[in-house]
Amino acid sequence: MNELLTMQNITIFVLAIFVGYHVVWNVTPALHTPLMSVTNAISGIVIVGAMLQTVTIDTEAFNITSILGAIAVFLTSINIFGGFMVTRRMLEMFKKKENKLMESKK
Amino acid sequence: MIAANANFTSAAYLISAVLFIFSLKGLASPTSASLGNTLGMAGMALAVITTLFVGHHLIYSLIGIAIVLGAAVGIFAAKRVQMTKMPELVALMHSFVGLSATLIAIASVYNAAETHAAVQRIELFIGAFIGAITFSASIIAFGKLSGKFSAKPIHFNNQHPLNLMLALLILGFGIFYYSQSSQLAFLVMCGLALVLGITLILPIGGADMPVVVSMLNSYSGWAAAGIGFTMNNSVLIIAGACVGSSGAILSYIMCKAMNRSIIAVMLGGFGSKSIVADASDGVQKSVKSGSAEDVAFLMSNADTVIIVPGYGLAVSRAQHALQELTSKLISKGVHVKYAIHPVAGRMPGHMNVLLAEADVPYEQVVEMEDVNNEFGQTDVVFVIGANDVVNPAAKKPGTPIYGMPILEAYKAKTIIVNKRSMASGYAGLDNELFYLEKTMMVFGDAKKIVEDILKAI
Repeated sequence: MNELLTMQNITIFVLAIFVGYHVVWNVTPALHTPLMSVTNAISGIVIVGAMLQTVTIDTEAFNITSILGAIAVFLTSINIFGGFMVTRRMLEMFKKKENKLMESKK
Repeated sequence: MIAANANFTSAAYLISAVLFIFSLKGLASPTSASLGNTLGMAGMALAVITTLFVGHHLIYSLIGIAIVLGAAVGIFAAKRVQMTKMPELVALMHSFVGLSATLIAIASVYNAAETHAAVQRIELFIGAFIGAITFSASIIAFGKLSGKFSAKPIHFNNQHPLNLMLALLILGFGIFYYSQSSQLAFLVMCGLALVLGITLILPIGGADMPVVVSMLNSYSGWAAAGIGFTMNNSVLIIAGACVGSSGAILSYIMCKAMNRSIIAVMLGGFGSKSIVADASDGVQKSVKSGSAEDVAFLMSNADTVIIVPGYGLAVSRAQHALQELTSKLISKGVHVKYAIHPVAGRMPGHMNVLLAEADVPYEQVVEMEDVNNEFGQTDVVFVIGANDVVNPAAKKPGTPIYGMPILEAYKAKTIIVNKRSMASGYAGLDNELFYLEKTMMVFGDAKKIVEDILKAI
């Protein structure tokens, strides 16, 4: 059972690498810094793992697992909110100029 | 708790993964990038909400507090960070992913409610190991970038044997954990991985930081994917793999831009070679220096001007003044462009962001490959705060930077170089460009010089 699941996971993993590879090569070099900050936010997806460890064990709420889990939820939240917000801030800088250009063309 | 429907859960996680892929796809152009970012947020929100519904025995209050606190810190940092400090912020955020991955793996190992099959123990080991290395290496990278530690490569005796020994010890404790399910062995293994992360990054110098930051970006993705394996969670695996390959591509692009092999970067030692090469040239050479007024005269009488910005520009915060100068020249009918070398900043695409912040239109900024054949017909090239990326030594076999693609500024009719002093760049190399007949050096702080030029036009 476990071996089968692992094989499925490896399949998903390898296919996702190919998807990522092709998608990222299309990213314009001018946006490589926003790409990094958005991937920073996306790797905050480990928050799912962190949440699933923030659990009561044998009706005990405070145990090593839940404390470590909560710390990880905190850290990954910084990544998620910080990553998406800073990406937005940068993209607005790029967009701002386009709007100006549109106005000047009118 | 609400009875979790496994199909519903899988579908929600799948949608979330697809949204992440669209998020990256959006970055193909500045017009679709904002939408991409929003789709990424939607994907993340969906994944978090789904997890809240399907998790068993979750402590909602604790999770809620942690998210609110994390959000506050994250939003504060995102609003406050200066664009010149982006590499530091990114490095710090990589360290958070790494640390979280390690903490999650340890939490899982200490989770009395979980039993781990053999294959899961291997996955936990790999996830925690990559996470720990990412964490400590990113902290060192952050320290080097922010100037808290010396950016110089730090070499120590028996560096490679030590790393090998650490790796073998980690593997040994990993096998012990695998066979005995020993929690202590797992912790020791994590501790050793932290040390390995430090010893791997210390020997890497400041010049290679764009590669290191990209590489750690990649590692943080692999760490996330590793945790996905331990939890059999497809969205973690897919998102992690995409981030991992994204970072790997950026590392490759950065390595190519500096003509460095990724292996050489990881093993460290750029500065040591080049210092030797520098000493060989003992001849005293003279440079021609000029004033801001001379530059103003040259530029306003030129037909075409290409500006080559480097990190020195960002350090002295001259982007805004430079943008004003460009607009003024354009209004006088001069054609002005910015030529960007891939390693012009401290991380991939950094210079583009710095120029965007100063309202430089996207159209005026051109990448190296697109601009190199134009230098021959250009009247004036203004190199500001850049050095190695315009060093013609890269064309000469035998020099330490031989083979590195450069902006061919030396082909222009007149070259103006603004630098604070004659100090050499990261590579520690003398730059022949400065000694050419047609080159004029303008010494001083970039911002002050640009403002003086602006006044004189």
